[in-house]
Amino acid sequence: MQRSLASIGSTFLDFLAATGSLVNFALLALWYGVRPPYYPRQFLRQIIEIGYYSLPVVGLTALFTGMVLALQTYTGFSRFAAESAIPNVVVLSVTRELGPVIAGLMVAGRIGAAIAAEIGTMRVTDQIDALTTLSTNPYRYLVAPRLLAGLLMLPALVLVADIIGVFGGYLVSSYKLGFNPANYVQRSVDFLQTADVAAGLAKAAVFGFIIALMGCYNGFHSRGGAQGVGAATTYAVVSASILILVFDYVLTEAFFAR
Amino acid sequence: MSPATQTTTPKISVRGLRKSFGPKVVLDGIDLDIGERESVVVIGGSGTGKSVMLKCILGLIRPDAGSIKIDGTEITDLSTGEREQLMRKFGMLFQGGALFDSLPVWENVAFGLIMGRGMARAEAKKVALQKLAAVGLGPEVGELMPAELSGGMQKRVALARAIAAEPAIIFFDEPTTGLDPIMADVINELIVKCVKELGATAVSITHDMASTRKIADRVAMIYNGKIIWNGPKAEIDHSGNAHVDQFIHGRASGPIEMQVRAY
Repeated sequence: MQRSLASIGSTFLDFLAATGSLVNFALLALWYGVRPPYYPRQFLRQIIEIGYYSLPVVGLTALFTGMVLALQTYTGFSRFAAESAIPNVVVLSVTRELGPVIAGLMVAGRIGAAIAAEIGTMRVTDQIDALTTLSTNPYRYLVAPRLLAGLLMLPALVLVADIIGVFGGYLVSSYKLGFNPANYVQRSVDFLQTADVAAGLAKAAVFGFIIALMGCYNGFHSRGGAQGVGAATTYAVVSASILILVFDYVLTEAFFAR
Repeated sequence: MSPATQTTTPKISVRGLRKSFGPKVVLDGIDLDIGERESVVVIGGSGTGKSVMLKCILGLIRPDAGSIKIDGTEITDLSTGEREQLMRKFGMLFQGGALFDSLPVWENVAFGLIMGRGMARAEAKKVALQKLAAVGLGPEVGELMPAELSGGMQKRVALARAIAAEPAIIFFDEPTTGLDPIMADVINELIVKCVKELGATAVSITHDMASTRKIADRVAMIYNGKIIWNGPKAEIDHSGNAHVDQFIHGRASGPIEMQVRAY
Protein backbone atom coordinates (compact mmCIF):
# COMPACT_ATOMS: atom_id res chain seq x y z
CA MET A 1 0.00 0.00 0.00
CA GLN A 2 2.69 2.41 1.06
CA ARG A 3 4.79 1.42 -1.93
CA SER A 4 2.00 2.10 -4.41
CA LEU A 5 1.33 5.49 -2.79
CA ALA A 6 5.02 6.30 -3.00
CA SER A 7 5.09 5.48 -6.70
CA ILE A 8 2.06 7.70 -7.33
CA GLY A 9 3.76 10.48 -5.39
CA SER A 10 7.05 10.16 -7.21
CA THR A 11 5.30 10.12 -10.60
CA PHE A 12 3.47 13.30 -9.62
CA LEU A 13 6.71 14.94 -8.48
CA ASP A 14 8.40 13.90 -11.75
CA PHE A 15 5.52 15.50 -13.64
CA LEU A 16 5.90 18.75 -11.69
CA ALA A 17 9.67 18.75 -12.19
CA ALA A 18 9.29 18.17 -15.94
CA THR A 19 6.71 20.96 -16.22
CA GLY A 20 8.93 23.36 -14.30
CA SER A 21 11.94 22.45 -16.42
CA LEU A 22 9.93 22.97 -19.64
CA VAL A 23 8.64 26.40 -18.54
CA ASN A 24 12.14 27.37 -17.44
CA PHE A 25 13.47 26.31 -20.84
CA ALA A 26 10.85 28.38 -22.69
CA LEU A 27 11.55 31.45 -20.53
CA LEU A 28 15.31 31.14 -21.08
CA ALA A 29 14.79 30.93 -24.84
CA LEU A 30 12.57 34.05 -24.76
CA TRP A 31 14.98 35.88 -22.41
CA TYR A 32 17.96 35.31 -24.72
CA GLY A 33 15.94 35.44 -27.94
CA VAL A 34 14.78 39.04 -27.50
CA ARG A 35 18.35 40.26 -26.96
CA PRO A 36 20.87 40.76 -29.76
CA PRO A 37 22.75 39.32 -31.54
CA TYR A 38 19.98 37.95 -33.75
CA TYR A 39 20.46 35.18 -36.28
CA PRO A 40 18.33 36.06 -39.34
CA ARG A 41 19.78 33.22 -41.44
CA GLN A 42 18.71 30.64 -38.89
CA PHE A 43 15.27 32.23 -38.70
CA LEU A 44 14.90 32.28 -42.48
CA ARG A 45 15.92 28.63 -42.74
CA GLN A 46 13.22 27.69 -40.22
CA ILE A 47 10.60 29.84 -41.98
CA ILE A 48 11.25 27.91 -45.20
CA GLU A 49 11.44 24.55 -43.42
CA ILE A 50 8.26 25.02 -41.38
CA GLY A 51 6.21 27.23 -43.68
CA TYR A 52 7.08 26.30 -47.23
CA TYR A 53 7.95 22.61 -47.04
CA SER A 54 4.89 21.78 -44.91
CA LEU A 55 2.50 23.21 -47.53
CA PRO A 56 1.90 19.97 -49.51
CA VAL A 57 1.20 17.89 -46.39
CA VAL A 58 -1.07 20.46 -44.82
CA GLY A 59 -2.84 21.24 -48.11
CA LEU A 60 -3.61 17.58 -48.89
CA THR A 61 -4.93 16.80 -45.41
CA ALA A 62 -7.04 19.97 -45.43
CA LEU A 63 -8.52 19.09 -48.83
CA PHE A 64 -9.64 15.63 -47.76
CA THR A 65 -10.82 16.87 -44.38
CA GLY A 66 -13.09 19.40 -46.08
CA MET A 67 -14.34 16.78 -48.54
CA VAL A 68 -15.17 14.16 -45.92
CA LEU A 69 -16.75 16.81 -43.71
CA ALA A 70 -19.23 17.75 -46.46
CA LEU A 71 -20.03 14.10 -47.09
CA GLN A 72 -20.56 13.22 -43.42
CA THR A 73 -22.61 16.33 -42.75
CA TYR A 74 -24.82 15.43 -45.70
CA THR A 75 -25.47 11.88 -44.48
CA GLY A 76 -26.36 13.23 -41.03
CA PHE A 77 -28.29 16.37 -41.96
CA SER A 78 -30.28 14.84 -44.81
CA ARG A 79 -32.19 12.84 -42.19
CA PHE A 80 -33.62 16.13 -40.94
CA ALA A 81 -33.87 17.65 -44.41
CA ALA A 82 -31.24 20.18 -43.30
CA GLU A 83 -28.80 19.72 -46.21
CA SER A 84 -28.82 23.46 -46.82
CA ALA A 85 -26.74 23.92 -43.64
CA ILE A 86 -23.76 22.06 -45.13
CA PRO A 87 -21.85 25.20 -46.28
CA ASN A 88 -22.21 26.74 -42.83
CA VAL A 89 -21.11 23.59 -41.02
CA VAL A 90 -18.11 23.11 -43.32
CA VAL A 91 -16.88 26.68 -43.18
CA LEU A 92 -17.26 26.98 -39.41
CA SER A 93 -15.76 23.58 -38.60
CA VAL A 94 -12.79 24.15 -40.87
CA THR A 95 -11.89 27.67 -39.80
CA ARG A 96 -12.55 27.32 -36.09
CA GLU A 97 -11.47 23.79 -35.44
CA LEU A 98 -10.28 21.39 -38.08
CA GLY A 99 -7.92 23.72 -39.96
CA PRO A 100 -5.78 24.57 -36.90
CA VAL A 101 -5.93 21.09 -35.34
CA ILE A 102 -5.26 19.06 -38.47
CA ALA A 103 -2.48 21.40 -39.60
CA GLY A 104 -1.08 21.41 -36.05
CA LEU A 105 -0.98 17.62 -35.82
CA MET A 106 0.55 17.23 -39.28
CA VAL A 107 3.21 19.85 -38.55
CA ALA A 108 3.87 18.26 -35.15
CA GLY A 109 4.70 15.02 -36.96
CA ARG A 110 6.77 16.68 -39.65
CA ILE A 111 8.51 19.57 -37.92
CA GLY A 112 8.45 18.55 -34.25
CA ALA A 113 10.22 15.32 -35.13
CA ALA A 114 12.74 17.07 -37.41
CA ILE A 115 13.61 19.69 -34.79
CA ALA A 116 14.00 17.10 -32.00
CA ALA A 117 16.16 14.84 -34.17
CA GLU A 118 18.39 17.67 -35.37
CA ILE A 119 18.92 19.31 -31.97
CA GLY A 120 19.17 15.90 -30.26
CA THR A 121 21.94 14.82 -32.63
CA MET A 122 23.70 18.14 -32.05
CA ARG A 123 23.48 17.48 -28.30
CA VAL A 124 24.88 13.93 -28.35
CA THR A 125 27.71 14.88 -30.73
CA ASP A 126 28.78 17.85 -28.55
CA GLN A 127 27.74 20.41 -31.19
CA ILE A 128 25.70 22.35 -28.62
CA ASP A 129 28.71 22.54 -26.28
CA ALA A 130 30.77 23.60 -29.29
CA LEU A 131 28.36 26.51 -29.89
CA THR A 132 28.97 27.70 -26.33
CA THR A 133 32.75 27.52 -26.73
CA LEU A 134 32.40 29.63 -29.90
CA SER A 135 30.72 32.42 -27.88
CA THR A 136 27.29 31.60 -29.31
CA ASN A 137 24.38 31.08 -26.94
CA PRO A 138 22.55 27.91 -28.05
CA TYR A 139 19.18 29.21 -26.79
CA ARG A 140 19.59 32.29 -28.95
CA TYR A 141 21.02 30.48 -31.97
CA LEU A 142 19.02 27.25 -32.03
CA VAL A 143 15.86 27.60 -29.95
CA ALA A 144 14.63 31.19 -30.38
CA PRO A 145 14.54 31.17 -34.23
CA ARG A 146 12.57 27.90 -34.22
CA LEU A 147 10.06 29.14 -31.65
CA LEU A 148 9.50 32.37 -33.56
CA ALA A 149 9.23 30.59 -36.91
CA GLY A 150 6.70 28.12 -35.46
CA LEU A 151 4.68 30.94 -33.94
CA LEU A 152 4.50 32.88 -37.22
CA MET A 153 4.32 30.11 -39.81
CA LEU A 154 1.55 27.94 -38.41
CA PRO A 155 -1.10 30.71 -38.76
CA ALA A 156 0.03 31.19 -42.38
CA LEU A 157 -0.29 27.45 -43.02
CA VAL A 158 -3.68 27.36 -41.34
CA LEU A 159 -4.93 30.22 -43.51
CA VAL A 160 -4.04 28.15 -46.56
CA ALA A 161 -5.57 25.04 -44.96
CA ASP A 162 -8.81 26.96 -44.27
CA ILE A 163 -9.14 27.95 -47.92
CA ILE A 164 -8.30 24.50 -49.25
CA GLY A 165 -10.57 22.81 -46.69
CA VAL A 166 -13.56 24.95 -47.61
CA PHE A 167 -12.75 24.30 -51.27
CA GLY A 168 -12.79 20.54 -50.55
CA GLY A 169 -16.27 20.86 -49.10
CA TYR A 170 -17.33 22.91 -52.12
CA LEU A 171 -16.04 20.25 -54.53
CA VAL A 172 -17.99 17.43 -52.92
CA SER A 173 -21.13 19.51 -52.41
CA SER A 174 -21.34 20.87 -55.93
CA TYR A 175 -20.13 17.85 -57.92
CA LYS A 176 -21.46 14.99 -55.82
CA LEU A 177 -24.29 16.31 -53.68
CA GLY A 178 -25.86 18.51 -56.33
CA PHE A 179 -25.48 21.95 -54.72
CA ASN A 180 -25.59 25.06 -56.86
CA PRO A 181 -21.88 26.15 -56.85
CA ALA A 182 -22.55 29.90 -56.73
CA ASN A 183 -25.12 29.45 -54.02
CA TYR A 184 -22.70 27.31 -51.97
CA VAL A 185 -19.93 29.91 -52.10
CA GLN A 186 -22.38 32.69 -51.30
CA ARG A 187 -23.69 30.88 -48.22
CA SER A 188 -20.15 30.08 -47.01
CA VAL A 189 -19.00 33.69 -47.24
CA ASP A 190 -22.17 35.21 -45.80
CA PHE A 191 -22.12 33.04 -42.73
CA LEU A 192 -18.44 33.43 -41.90
CA GLN A 193 -17.32 36.09 -39.41
CA THR A 194 -13.85 37.55 -38.98
CA ALA A 195 -13.79 36.33 -35.39
CA ASP A 196 -14.09 32.69 -36.52
CA VAL A 197 -11.02 32.89 -38.73
CA ALA A 198 -9.07 35.05 -36.27
CA ALA A 199 -9.70 32.63 -33.41
CA GLY A 200 -8.48 29.75 -35.58
CA LEU A 201 -5.32 31.65 -36.46
CA ALA A 202 -4.68 32.53 -32.81
CA LYS A 203 -4.97 28.83 -31.97
CA ALA A 204 -2.55 28.06 -34.78
CA ALA A 205 0.04 30.47 -33.36
CA VAL A 206 -0.15 28.73 -29.98
CA PHE A 207 0.12 25.29 -31.62
CA GLY A 208 3.14 26.41 -33.67
CA PHE A 209 4.90 27.60 -30.53
CA ILE A 210 4.09 24.31 -28.74
CA ILE A 211 5.41 22.19 -31.63
CA ALA A 212 8.70 24.08 -31.84
CA LEU A 213 9.06 24.19 -28.05
CA MET A 214 8.53 20.44 -27.56
CA GLY A 215 10.92 19.67 -30.42
CA CYS A 216 13.63 21.95 -29.04
CA TYR A 217 13.16 20.92 -25.40
CA ASN A 218 13.25 17.18 -26.04
CA GLY A 219 16.16 17.47 -28.46
CA PHE A 220 18.11 19.69 -26.06
CA HIS A 221 17.75 17.20 -23.22
CA SER A 222 18.38 14.01 -25.18
CA ARG A 223 21.03 11.70 -23.77
CA GLY A 224 22.95 8.64 -24.83
CA GLY A 225 23.43 8.40 -28.57
CA ALA A 226 21.08 7.17 -31.29
CA GLN A 227 18.59 5.61 -28.87
CA GLY A 228 18.34 8.86 -26.90
CA VAL A 229 17.69 10.87 -30.06
CA GLY A 230 15.01 8.38 -31.11
CA ALA A 231 13.30 8.68 -27.75
CA ALA A 232 13.52 12.48 -27.87
CA THR A 233 11.85 12.49 -31.29
CA THR A 234 9.02 10.28 -30.06
CA TYR A 235 8.45 12.41 -26.95
CA ALA A 236 8.49 15.58 -29.03
CA VAL A 237 5.75 14.40 -31.40
CA VAL A 238 3.59 12.68 -28.77
CA SER A 239 3.76 15.51 -26.23
CA ALA A 240 3.17 18.19 -28.89
CA SER A 241 0.13 16.30 -30.23
CA ILE A 242 -1.39 15.88 -26.76
CA LEU A 243 -0.72 19.50 -25.83
CA ILE A 244 -2.29 20.69 -29.09
CA LEU A 245 -5.55 18.89 -28.26
CA VAL A 246 -5.48 20.12 -24.64
CA PHE A 247 -4.84 23.73 -25.64
CA ASP A 248 -7.42 23.43 -28.42
CA TYR A 249 -10.07 22.82 -25.77
CA VAL A 250 -8.74 25.52 -23.45
CA LEU A 251 -8.61 28.12 -26.22
CA THR A 252 -12.02 27.18 -27.62
CA GLU A 253 -13.43 27.63 -24.12
CA ALA A 254 -11.74 31.03 -23.90
CA PHE A 255 -12.82 32.27 -27.35
CA PHE A 256 -16.31 30.92 -27.88
CA ALA A 257 -17.89 29.87 -24.57
CA ARG A 258 -20.47 32.35 -23.40
CA MET B 1 54.43 25.18 -7.15
CA SER B 2 52.47 26.99 -4.45
CA PRO B 3 51.08 30.33 -5.64
CA ALA B 4 53.21 32.23 -3.12
CA THR B 5 56.49 31.10 -4.64
CA GLN B 6 55.42 31.87 -8.21
CA THR B 7 56.45 35.18 -9.66
CA THR B 8 53.55 35.46 -12.12
CA THR B 9 49.86 34.61 -11.83
CA PRO B 10 49.16 31.26 -13.48
CA LYS B 11 47.00 31.45 -16.64
CA ILE B 12 44.63 28.87 -15.21
CA SER B 13 44.44 28.04 -11.52
CA VAL B 14 42.14 25.29 -10.27
CA ARG B 15 41.68 24.74 -6.54
CA GLY B 16 39.64 22.11 -4.72
CA LEU B 17 37.40 21.40 -7.74
CA ARG B 18 34.65 18.93 -6.89
CA LYS B 19 31.87 17.41 -8.97
CA SER B 20 29.58 14.46 -8.33
CA PHE B 21 26.90 12.92 -10.52
CA GLY B 22 24.44 11.42 -8.06
CA PRO B 23 26.39 9.17 -5.68
CA LYS B 24 29.38 8.93 -8.04
CA VAL B 25 32.19 11.33 -7.12
CA VAL B 26 33.99 12.26 -10.35
CA LEU B 27 36.21 15.14 -9.25
CA ASP B 28 37.37 14.95 -5.64
CA GLY B 29 39.35 18.13 -5.10
CA ILE B 30 41.42 18.88 -8.21
CA ASP B 31 44.34 21.30 -7.71
CA LEU B 32 46.18 22.35 -10.85
CA ASP B 33 48.12 25.43 -12.00
CA ILE B 34 48.88 26.04 -15.64
CA GLY B 35 51.34 28.77 -16.54
CA GLU B 36 51.17 31.22 -19.43
CA ARG B 37 52.20 29.57 -22.72
CA GLU B 38 52.61 26.23 -21.05
CA SER B 39 51.36 23.01 -22.63
CA VAL B 40 50.01 20.68 -19.97
CA VAL B 41 48.76 17.20 -20.76
CA VAL B 42 46.43 15.57 -18.28
CA ILE B 43 46.61 11.78 -18.52
CA GLY B 44 44.36 9.21 -16.90
CA GLY B 45 42.20 6.22 -17.71
CA SER B 46 38.76 6.39 -19.29
CA GLY B 47 36.10 7.61 -16.89
CA THR B 48 38.50 9.27 -14.44
CA GLY B 49 36.98 12.72 -14.89
CA LYS B 50 39.38 14.31 -17.37
CA SER B 51 36.62 15.56 -19.66
CA VAL B 52 34.51 16.69 -16.72
CA MET B 53 37.42 18.82 -15.50
CA LEU B 54 37.74 20.55 -18.89
CA LYS B 55 33.97 21.07 -19.11
CA CYS B 56 33.97 22.63 -15.62
CA ILE B 57 36.67 25.10 -16.66
CA LEU B 58 34.71 25.92 -19.84
CA GLY B 59 31.51 26.40 -17.82
CA LEU B 60 29.66 23.61 -19.66
CA ILE B 61 29.27 21.78 -16.34
CA ARG B 62 28.74 23.62 -13.06
CA PRO B 63 31.15 22.32 -10.37
CA ASP B 64 29.82 21.48 -6.89
CA ALA B 65 32.66 23.27 -5.13
CA GLY B 66 36.08 24.76 -5.74
CA SER B 67 37.67 27.71 -7.45
CA ILE B 68 38.72 28.24 -11.06
CA LYS B 69 40.72 31.36 -11.90
CA ILE B 70 41.69 32.57 -15.36
CA ASP B 71 44.40 35.25 -15.26
CA GLY B 72 43.72 35.57 -11.54
CA THR B 73 39.96 36.22 -11.98
CA GLU B 74 37.44 33.85 -10.44
CA ILE B 75 35.13 32.47 -13.16
CA THR B 76 32.86 29.96 -11.39
CA ASP B 77 30.24 32.63 -10.60
CA LEU B 78 30.18 34.58 -13.87
CA SER B 79 26.88 35.63 -15.49
CA THR B 80 26.01 34.21 -18.90
CA GLY B 81 27.00 37.43 -20.66
CA GLU B 82 30.36 37.62 -18.89
CA ARG B 83 30.97 33.99 -19.73
CA GLU B 84 30.26 34.61 -23.42
CA GLN B 85 32.92 37.33 -23.29
CA LEU B 86 35.33 35.00 -21.49
CA MET B 87 34.77 32.24 -24.07
CA ARG B 88 36.51 34.42 -26.65
CA LYS B 89 39.77 33.59 -24.88
CA PHE B 90 39.15 29.88 -25.38
CA GLY B 91 39.38 27.42 -28.21
CA MET B 92 38.24 23.85 -27.80
CA LEU B 93 38.88 20.76 -29.90
CA PHE B 94 36.16 18.24 -29.05
CA GLN B 95 36.82 14.53 -29.00
CA GLY B 96 34.44 13.73 -31.87
CA GLY B 97 35.20 17.00 -33.67
CA ALA B 98 31.66 18.33 -33.00
CA LEU B 99 31.59 20.03 -36.41
CA PHE B 100 28.23 21.58 -37.35
CA ASP B 101 26.96 19.17 -39.98
CA SER B 102 24.49 21.67 -41.45
CA LEU B 103 27.28 24.08 -42.45
CA PRO B 104 30.08 23.71 -45.02
CA VAL B 105 33.63 23.31 -43.73
CA TRP B 106 34.67 26.95 -44.16
CA GLU B 107 31.62 28.19 -42.23
CA ASN B 108 32.47 25.78 -39.44
CA VAL B 109 35.94 27.27 -39.20
CA ALA B 110 34.63 30.83 -39.47
CA PHE B 111 31.74 30.25 -37.04
CA GLY B 112 33.35 31.85 -34.00
CA LEU B 113 34.38 34.87 -36.09
CA ILE B 114 30.99 35.44 -37.74
CA MET B 115 28.64 34.52 -34.88
CA GLY B 116 30.82 35.18 -31.86
CA ARG B 117 32.49 38.40 -33.03
CA GLY B 118 30.30 39.73 -35.82
CA MET B 119 32.99 39.68 -38.53
CA ALA B 120 31.72 40.12 -42.12
CA ARG B 121 31.24 36.78 -43.89
CA ALA B 122 33.59 37.51 -46.81
CA GLU B 123 36.39 38.55 -44.48
CA ALA B 124 35.76 35.60 -42.16
CA LYS B 125 35.92 33.23 -45.12
CA LYS B 126 39.40 34.54 -45.99
CA VAL B 127 40.57 33.91 -42.43
CA ALA B 128 38.95 30.46 -42.47
CA LEU B 129 40.78 29.47 -45.65
CA GLN B 130 44.08 30.64 -44.11
CA LYS B 131 43.41 28.51 -41.03
CA LEU B 132 42.51 25.53 -43.20
CA ALA B 133 45.80 26.00 -45.04
CA ALA B 134 47.59 26.09 -41.67
CA VAL B 135 46.28 22.59 -40.93
CA GLY B 136 47.21 21.39 -44.42
CA LEU B 137 43.85 21.58 -46.17
CA GLY B 138 43.31 23.31 -49.50
CA PRO B 139 40.57 25.85 -50.25
CA GLU B 140 38.52 23.20 -52.13
CA VAL B 141 37.94 21.41 -48.81
CA GLY B 142 36.25 24.57 -47.52
CA GLU B 143 33.23 23.98 -49.76
CA LEU B 144 32.66 20.36 -48.65
CA MET B 145 30.24 19.35 -45.91
CA PRO B 146 31.75 17.81 -42.73
CA ALA B 147 30.03 14.45 -43.41
CA GLU B 148 32.04 14.13 -46.64
CA LEU B 149 35.36 14.15 -44.76
CA SER B 150 37.30 11.25 -43.23
CA GLY B 151 37.84 11.14 -39.46
CA GLY B 152 41.36 12.55 -39.69
CA MET B 153 40.23 15.39 -41.95
CA GLN B 154 37.37 16.19 -39.58
CA LYS B 155 39.88 16.43 -36.72
CA ARG B 156 41.97 18.85 -38.80
CA VAL B 157 38.94 21.01 -39.55
CA ALA B 158 37.99 20.95 -35.85
CA LEU B 159 41.55 22.04 -35.03
CA ALA B 160 41.30 24.87 -37.57
CA ARG B 161 38.02 25.94 -35.96
CA ALA B 162 39.55 25.85 -32.48
CA ILE B 163 42.42 28.16 -33.52
CA ALA B 164 40.45 30.38 -35.93
CA ALA B 165 39.76 33.16 -33.44
CA GLU B 166 43.36 33.02 -32.16
CA PRO B 167 42.46 32.10 -28.59
CA ALA B 168 44.83 32.56 -25.66
CA ILE B 169 43.88 29.18 -24.19
CA ILE B 170 43.21 26.02 -26.19
CA PHE B 171 41.78 22.76 -24.87
CA PHE B 172 42.26 19.47 -26.67
CA ASP B 173 39.96 16.62 -25.68
CA GLU B 174 41.48 13.30 -26.81
CA PRO B 175 42.88 14.83 -30.02
CA THR B 176 44.23 11.52 -31.41
CA THR B 177 41.55 9.05 -30.31
CA GLY B 178 40.21 6.99 -33.20
CA LEU B 179 42.94 8.00 -35.66
CA ASP B 180 45.54 5.76 -37.28
CA PRO B 181 49.10 6.23 -35.90
CA ILE B 182 50.25 8.30 -38.86
CA MET B 183 47.28 10.67 -38.80
CA ALA B 184 47.63 10.86 -35.01
CA ASP B 185 51.20 12.04 -35.44
CA VAL B 186 50.14 14.58 -38.06
CA ILE B 187 47.56 15.98 -35.61
CA ASN B 188 50.13 16.04 -32.79
CA GLU B 189 52.56 18.03 -34.93
CA LEU B 190 49.81 20.43 -36.00
CA ILE B 191 48.87 20.97 -32.37
CA VAL B 192 52.48 21.72 -31.39
CA LYS B 193 52.88 24.06 -34.37
CA CYS B 194 49.60 25.93 -33.87
CA VAL B 195 50.07 26.36 -30.14
CA LYS B 196 53.59 27.68 -30.67
CA GLU B 197 52.54 30.08 -33.45
CA LEU B 198 49.66 31.47 -31.39
CA GLY B 199 51.71 31.64 -28.21
CA ALA B 200 48.74 30.02 -26.53
CA THR B 201 48.34 28.11 -23.29
CA ALA B 202 47.29 24.53 -24.03
CA VAL B 203 45.59 21.90 -21.92
CA SER B 204 45.14 18.47 -23.46
CA ILE B 205 43.57 15.37 -22.04
CA THR B 206 44.51 12.04 -23.49
CA HIS B 207 45.41 8.47 -22.73
CA ASP B 208 47.74 8.25 -25.74
CA MET B 209 51.31 8.29 -24.40
CA ALA B 210 52.87 8.92 -27.83
CA SER B 211 50.72 12.03 -28.11
CA THR B 212 51.60 13.07 -24.55
CA ARG B 213 55.33 12.85 -25.20
CA LYS B 214 54.94 14.94 -28.33
CA ILE B 215 52.79 17.83 -27.14
CA ALA B 216 53.43 18.17 -23.39
CA ASP B 217 55.71 20.55 -21.50
CA ARG B 218 54.33 19.22 -18.28
CA VAL B 219 52.24 16.15 -17.47
CA ALA B 220 49.64 15.71 -14.76
CA MET B 221 48.01 12.39 -13.95
CA ILE B 222 44.41 12.24 -12.71
CA TYR B 223 43.20 9.24 -10.73
CA ASN B 224 40.12 8.83 -8.56
CA GLY B 225 39.19 12.47 -9.06
CA LYS B 226 42.51 13.88 -7.87
CA ILE B 227 45.76 14.97 -9.49
CA ILE B 228 48.12 12.30 -8.10
CA TRP B 229 51.27 13.35 -9.96
CA ASN B 230 52.38 16.47 -11.76
CA GLY B 231 55.80 17.18 -13.26
CA PRO B 232 57.88 18.02 -16.34
CA LYS B 233 57.65 15.66 -19.29
CA ALA B 234 61.27 14.51 -18.80
CA GLU B 235 60.51 13.18 -15.32
CA ILE B 236 57.58 11.03 -16.34
CA ASP B 237 59.70 7.89 -16.82
CA HIS B 238 61.12 8.06 -13.28
CA SER B 239 58.20 9.59 -11.41
CA GLY B 240 58.49 7.12 -8.53
CA ASN B 241 54.69 6.84 -8.60
CA ALA B 242 53.34 3.32 -9.09
CA HIS B 243 50.09 4.60 -10.70
CA VAL B 244 51.97 6.69 -13.26
CA ASP B 245 54.34 3.82 -14.04
CA GLN B 246 51.48 1.44 -14.61
CA PHE B 247 49.67 3.91 -16.85
CA ILE B 248 52.56 4.96 -19.09
CA HIS B 249 53.66 1.37 -19.61
CA GLY B 250 50.08 0.19 -20.13
CA ARG B 251 50.24 -2.73 -17.69
CA ALA B 252 47.06 -4.60 -16.91
CA SER B 253 48.09 -5.29 -13.32
CA GLY B 254 48.98 -2.64 -10.78
CA PRO B 255 47.39 -0.26 -8.31
CA ILE B 256 44.88 1.23 -10.81
CA GLU B 257 41.41 -0.32 -10.84
CA MET B 258 39.25 -0.10 -13.93
CA GLN B 259 36.17 2.13 -13.98
CA VAL B 260 33.01 0.49 -15.26
CA ARG B 261 30.61 3.42 -15.48
CA ALA B 262 31.25 6.52 -17.55
CA TYR B 263 30.24 8.61 -14.53
